[in-house]
Amino acid sequence: MINAKPILLTRLMIISFLLLMVLVAVMLLGISVGPTQSTMRNVLQTIFGMHASDAMLNTIIWKIRFPRVLLSALVGAALSLGGLVFQALLRNPLAEPYILGISGGSAIGAIIGILMGFSRFPGVSLTAFTGSIATLVLILAMSSGQTILKKDALLLSGVMVNAFCAAVIMFLISMTQDTRLHNIIFWLMGDLSLGDMRQVGILAVILLPCFVLVFWLSNPMNLLLMGKELAQTMGVNIKLITVTLLVATSFMVSATVSYCGLVGFVGLVMPHLLRLVFGPDHRILVPACVLGGGTYLVVCDILARTLPKQGEIPAGVITAMIGAPLFIYLLKRTAK
Amino acid sequence: MNTAIDVKNLSHSFGEHLVLKNISFQVPTKDFFIVIGPNGSGKTTLMKALSGILKPQAGRLEILNRPIDRYQRKALARTIAFVPQMLSADFPFTVFEMVLMGRSPYLGILGLEEEEDMEIARQAIAFTGMENLAHRKLDQLSGGEQQRVFIARAICQEPDVILLDEPTASLDLAYQVRIMDLMERLKNEKGITVVMVSHDVNLAAMYADHLLLIHDGQVLCQGLPDEVLTYKTLEEAYGCTLLVDESPLGKFPRVTLVPKKYMIKE
Repeated sequence: MINAKPILLTRLMIISFLLLMVLVAVMLLGISVGPTQSTMRNVLQTIFGMHASDAMLNTIIWKIRFPRVLLSALVGAALSLGGLVFQALLRNPLAEPYILGISGGSAIGAIIGILMGFSRFPGVSLTAFTGSIATLVLILAMSSGQTILKKDALLLSGVMVNAFCAAVIMFLISMTQDTRLHNIIFWLMGDLSLGDMRQVGILAVILLPCFVLVFWLSNPMNLLLMGKELAQTMGVNIKLITVTLLVATSFMVSATVSYCGLVGFVGLVMPHLLRLVFGPDHRILVPACVLGGGTYLVVCDILARTLPKQGEIPAGVITAMIGAPLFIYLLKRTAK
Repeated sequence: MNTAIDVKNLSHSFGEHLVLKNISFQVPTKDFFIVIGPNGSGKTTLMKALSGILKPQAGRLEILNRPIDRYQRKALARTIAFVPQMLSADFPFTVFEMVLMGRSPYLGILGLEEEEDMEIARQAIAFTGMENLAHRKLDQLSGGEQQRVFIARAICQEPDVILLDEPTASLDLAYQVRIMDLMERLKNEKGITVVMVSHDVNLAAMYADHLLLIHDGQVLCQGLPDEVLTYKTLEEAYGCTLLVDESPLGKFPRVTLVPKKYMIKE
């Protein structure tokens, strides 16, 4: 006998609620950690406005830590979702914006934008977006022929595009006499400390509609897993859905890159973990990746801030240290 | 008699290569219609045209007396379901989740299923006899079981016509008969028109109401099984020596391959 499973909506609400609680908890932890010693109690009191006397703590929390934690959550959400979308569209469990070189492409665009003296938004974001779309088209063209979806061709194209992007980035950096050089290098490795509340707000306004759009297309993404032709016979407009998702994802990725550089492998870790726990249904996975991906990067940022005795390491270093071994593990597993 | 599929002068080419040449035929409603023909004769291309995957370059194609390009995507999906030749189960959906996806062309803007959709999926699973596999993961099933899941998904789509591209190709003997029986029940009990591409002329002879034999992108012969499956037509299509007699099971033809060493020398 087939049990009546809980209807999807209920499941979706429960999972989203639980993951939201985890995200909020981790964000609170992120806010209370930092070089200025403060107890969790003090921090909570400050956040909820019951402890307004300590003006310095108040400033640190609202001007420095809160924007940073919020930025981490947004960037983690966008990158996780980016990974999920690429894995579904390209039917390749190893696809991810960073590995495919999309992030690298937007970084080139972003550096050009920075060197030309554009402001972060909209100038740098737009040059980054141009770079990401250009690399996306390049990768799809390189790995296409009859089968866009060929696993090895796609990954190899991505690795090569990535290497090429890295070279171009190094070229641009070595050509410039700019005093902001150190900034660029630090930013490149994934820097989450740049945000002030206004910039984080702009990023949120850019990203949130993309999240909604991807969620709206999550059922067609399920059908796409069965192959383009079958999805088409089930009423999916393949071209429209694919192009919309690719553009939305590149847009999200380039927005995050122009704000905090290259944070790699986030789109690999969370989608896989969440798929393992919640199954392959994208209507669950899309919200789960937004919340879980946010949690993941906030945790990575806490590690980046607390591991070194002095100063901090870029968050991208932490995510790569976790993500790259996982990539190798997954590669071995899918190759069997 | 109503017409489920009406094809007139259909042609299609990939580059220089003309795959379908001026094909015309009709499939009556509630018919078990089987398309046979040698490899590369254009069977799969024909199925892709019928399912709307491929837009034929010339000719007319009507589904239930309405041109196929006049259907909205989802409306077409509610009319015709397709079971392709080979499917890969990349991501571990359960059987139930997979079958439930057949409801997609009926879902609202949020793409969430209602209780009614779940009930239809349960019935499709019961119809194909997979109740005890319902919560198993797809990638843990055998080829024959997976094939039944994909058929259940097509049933769950509640179409008027089901198209199948060689559903028995890689299955063992018992499963071939099971799938064919299932399709016959689908026709008799649910009144669904079944259109199938098959390699197995003997299975086709036993189950089909009507047969279409295509060769080199053209219709070689169409009609009742004993009209189509004759020594002459089959030899012309397949280019090998065959023995056609009456099956010991009933009044339909039986086709036997005749290898060279058994041929009578003149």
